[in-house]
Amino acid sequence: MNLRAILAAVGVAALIGFLAWGLVTSGDGGLQVGEQMPVATLPTLSAQSVPPSTQPSVSADDEGSLEDFRGDWVLLNVWASWCIPCREESPALQRFAAENRDRITVLGIDTRDLSEDAIAFLREYGIDYPQLRDASGEYANDLKTTGVPESFLIDPDGKLVTRLAGPFRDLAEIEKFAAPALRDSGAGAP
Amino acid sequence: MTRLAALATVALTAVLLLAGPATQGSAETTGPTGALGASQNTTGSEEWAEGWTGYAPLAVAPQANLPDLEDEVMCPICGTLLGLSQAPAADRQRIFMRKLIAEGKDEQEIKDALVAEYGPQVLGMPDDERVNFWVYVVPLAGLILGAVGVLWAGLKWRRTKAPAAAAAGASAPAGPSGADAARLDRELDDYDR
Repeated sequence: MNLRAILAAVGVAALIGFLAWGLVTSGDGGLQVGEQMPVATLPTLSAQSVPPSTQPSVSADDEGSLEDFRGDWVLLNVWASWCIPCREESPALQRFAAENRDRITVLGIDTRDLSEDAIAFLREYGIDYPQLRDASGEYANDLKTTGVPESFLIDPDGKLVTRLAGPFRDLAEIEKFAAPALRDSGAGAP
Repeated sequence: MTRLAALATVALTAVLLLAGPATQGSAETTGPTGALGASQNTTGSEEWAEGWTGYAPLAVAPQANLPDLEDEVMCPICGTLLGLSQAPAADRQRIFMRKLIAEGKDEQEIKDALVAEYGPQVLGMPDDERVNFWVYVVPLAGLILGAVGVLWAGLKWRRTKAPAAAAAGASAPAGPSGADAARLDRELDDYDR
């Protein structure tokens, strides 16, 4: 076999390798049901927060993670203040969180957003369920979100039960989405 | 009199032209003052319009300008330069930057504030050490491989060209000989005469 044939074979093998790697790493575009949810330590966000642009250092006490809620059912909602559908679903989410506080934790992940805007959003809608701030959008990438809003139902072991890309239309849709958690917690209640 | 009127018209036009861009620039660098700013433009929500307080006069001389910065920072959701994006998030980012410009912040201070808000990715620079390594190594390796390839192809071309030329010379048809050569000479002589 001459040098030209060897080089051609190496080139073709490299091309096939790159294509295969792309296929393997791209997956099907989303987390699978039963898959362990990615975790990341992120700054917390609340209506009382001070925007990081005016307070660059965030203390460790102001951080949190999905892992902090291990043992509880979690409805994780990825949102941003500039997202109109997020605004539309927020009142129903807040109501759901308030009505089911003892059965499931609603956890907001504010992504790729200005802190000022996010804080104003929380105040405007009176949102008091826990919030983490994913400023760079890296955690949203880990969650393989396709946009905002996107919601994940996570069991007490930290595994994905179901997901919804897009907004909840109303409270009934949130309750249907979180039915496994509500059933499970209801059965365990006295 | 007519010439005087024409001169006055030209002068008035010049004044208006000079005043136009100045007014526009002031509006661009001032921006809204509220935290929610001009969100009505990006979200269409009436509630958010409550934060709009109109363009306030500049408190200090601007140390940076938005068009330059738009070419140096990224849109947080589009993966493109901010200047190329019309996404709502990009509009919010512009409003944030206009506010900092109006406060007299310079380019570096604004970039620092953007990094604090969105993380280092907003600057569009590779921040991972492995990425940094490959960013330099891959083009260098490509350059070296390309140079080696060109050198190899050149040497190969020279090697194949020389024998081909020799072979072409050897197989070239010989000139006329004998009676043909004599006849050719005779006819050329006749032609010259």
